[in-house]
Amino acid sequence: MGNKINTNELLIKNGRVIDPLNEIDSVCDVLIEAGKICEVGKPHKELPEEKVIDASGKIVCPGFIDMHVHFREPGDEEEETIRSGSHAAVAGGYTSVVCMPNTDPTIQDETSIEFVHRMGRQTRKTHVYAMGALTKDRKGVELSEMGLMAGAGAVGFTDDGTGLQDASVMRKALKYASMFGLVVSQHCQDNSLAGNGVINAGFNSTLLGLPGMSPLAEELMLWRDIQLNKSIKTKYHAQHISTKGSVDIIRRAKQEGIPVTCEVTPHHLLLNEQTVAEYDTNYKMNPPLRTEEDIAALKEAVKEGVIDALITDHAPHLQSEKELEFLYAPFGIIGLESALPLFEKALIEDGIIEWSELIAMLTCRPAEILGINDTKGSFTKGKWGDVTIFDPEEKWQIDVNKFISKARNCPFHGWNVKGRVSCTIVGGEVRYSSERN
Amino acid sequence: MAEGKIEWTRKHLLGLRELSREEIELILDTAKSFAEVNKRSIKKTPVLRGKVVVNMFFEDSTRTRNSFTLASRRLSADVIEFTKKSSALSKGETLLDTARNLEAMGVDLVVIRHNAGGTPKLLSRSIDACVVNAGDGFHEHPTQALLDVYTIREKFGSLDGLKIGIVGDIANSRVARSNVYAMTKLGAEVTLIGPPTLMPPIGDLPVKVSNSFDDVIESLDVVNMLRVQFERLSSNPFPSKREYTRLFGLTEQRMKRAKDNIAVMHPGPMNRGMEIESSVADGANSLILKQVTNGIAVRMAVLFLVSRAPE
Repeated sequence: MGNKINTNELLIKNGRVIDPLNEIDSVCDVLIEAGKICEVGKPHKELPEEKVIDASGKIVCPGFIDMHVHFREPGDEEEETIRSGSHAAVAGGYTSVVCMPNTDPTIQDETSIEFVHRMGRQTRKTHVYAMGALTKDRKGVELSEMGLMAGAGAVGFTDDGTGLQDASVMRKALKYASMFGLVVSQHCQDNSLAGNGVINAGFNSTLLGLPGMSPLAEELMLWRDIQLNKSIKTKYHAQHISTKGSVDIIRRAKQEGIPVTCEVTPHHLLLNEQTVAEYDTNYKMNPPLRTEEDIAALKEAVKEGVIDALITDHAPHLQSEKELEFLYAPFGIIGLESALPLFEKALIEDGIIEWSELIAMLTCRPAEILGINDTKGSFTKGKWGDVTIFDPEEKWQIDVNKFISKARNCPFHGWNVKGRVSCTIVGGEVRYSSERN
Repeated sequence: MAEGKIEWTRKHLLGLRELSREEIELILDTAKSFAEVNKRSIKKTPVLRGKVVVNMFFEDSTRTRNSFTLASRRLSADVIEFTKKSSALSKGETLLDTARNLEAMGVDLVVIRHNAGGTPKLLSRSIDACVVNAGDGFHEHPTQALLDVYTIREKFGSLDGLKIGIVGDIANSRVARSNVYAMTKLGAEVTLIGPPTLMPPIGDLPVKVSNSFDDVIESLDVVNMLRVQFERLSSNPFPSKREYTRLFGLTEQRMKRAKDNIAVMHPGPMNRGMEIESSVADGANSLILKQVTNGIAVRMAVLFLVSRAPE
């Protein structure tokens, strides 16, 4: 995305190179020339020291792609900006991120899509993409100008933050979007069932005296959308799924050949509803934290390949807002800078999957959903020289006060974790290095 | 004051779920000695002299607020009344800002009523003053439940083995939750009675659930009628008031089937003629006004105990 042409060369040596798309998992070198992947293997070329990165003991993989972040620009720049968010992204190993359109004003026309791209380019950190709103003002009534936004480079459409309630409008949206081959991404939540819920519905909400959000609110809309898409067969993506029921619905749909993909966050894999007991608003998120049974089902789904992408749903908020009464505090937590070790804890440490599978859900699979796999998501020759290098064994403690993001709303503060990004390369340029920062 | 078997150690009273039977009994015993004070011609004791109590009521309340005010004054504390209609957000100031300001004025105890569950806990984490929960959302209303069990104990001597029915809008009731914890810890058998649409998931709470008032009325020693909280119901959980009264109202007709000495209770304010018939509310079995009287002594006990808790 418009970085200046980089004629320099870069050689990453002796790392464990994992490129899931090309089924590479071996200790070798990666050579980047003119910002593009040139060779993976043992390049014969010798380069001067300053153009060589020694990745011994580290994993070298295509740059991470987070297809679900909120950078709050335009409108709420005090919470995060595209600039601050991009800095946080590369610190977490992300070389591409997709901004959700629920900003104020809404990202829903060519100009706003171009604005996001421009701010991203100017920051010169990560690639910044945007999804446009699915309906005007995300109200769920009239379709947005999808075609124009597609022309401006939008990578999908969503009313994220809310689900599209009206079934007939949703059917229209799916049909119309099918023209452009771009994904329709849904925050599955039937408001009539979710009500004013702020945590998972159930006994825990009885004890805490907080209104509950039924798992069915998620599952019902997911099931509805899949039925609607049965004949339309456009690219449909379920955002941040959180329940066992959702996993079952998606598994069945995939078996039936209905196009559906989905994503999961680290917090829904690691935290259950009990963590809300102290009314700490850093555990207030939407969808809410669910039960151990749901977590087990999500992990099983990861193992089976039912989950396509790992995302952060990076949702920055001011500390003063998160200090409000649980009922009134906003939903959401940040996640870009702590995602890798949290996914490691949830999925590798627990023996659910291997690194290559985890990396696939952070690289080639989201790239394919977003339709950016012609340039991103793998080490195929000629693709962008986007590389994430991390030490899978490095132990560290998450400290929100050291985050580059403007926000601090993260429930994982103080967690001891393993796996740390040491270097993030975008278009052949080192955009983050733990030694420099 | 009271001859408690245990030492009180809690600086805050946030709910009854975390309290032991002994702690609850200590409050009740302490309240008993304060009840004596309330019978004197000069109803005052100096135990909180020099202390400042603030009543922070973010939700309408007459009974509970006045009860706390009187309790504080009878303990010789200075009282600040603070009322605000809804969330402190309305003026752009957060709840914590407000509380920190009050604390800067030297407040020792904060009594808080709020429409969001968990707010007293949030407050207790953020300020040094003692925090007493005067009702938070549909989480807990500990002093109401304490005065309820105090009143029952006064009548029956003990709650052990008593059969108590709590009737009505259990889902939206903080009184019901605190009642369940207090009553079961003191040895009563509790049955929650109401339509399924007003019944929350009860998990492993040691209670029975019935959707038929008529099935259980005969067995009850105590019936606690809850107010139907129309202001909290987003959509009607029952078809009409008259159907509700027919199925779950404490009518004179239904009272005929109850035990002779059944105790009738209600946390107020009552929807007369709906969940309870006037003649029953004012009848011989009613302890409703007794509850109000006892509320002062119970709240005196709570304020006294938390203010004396070690840091």
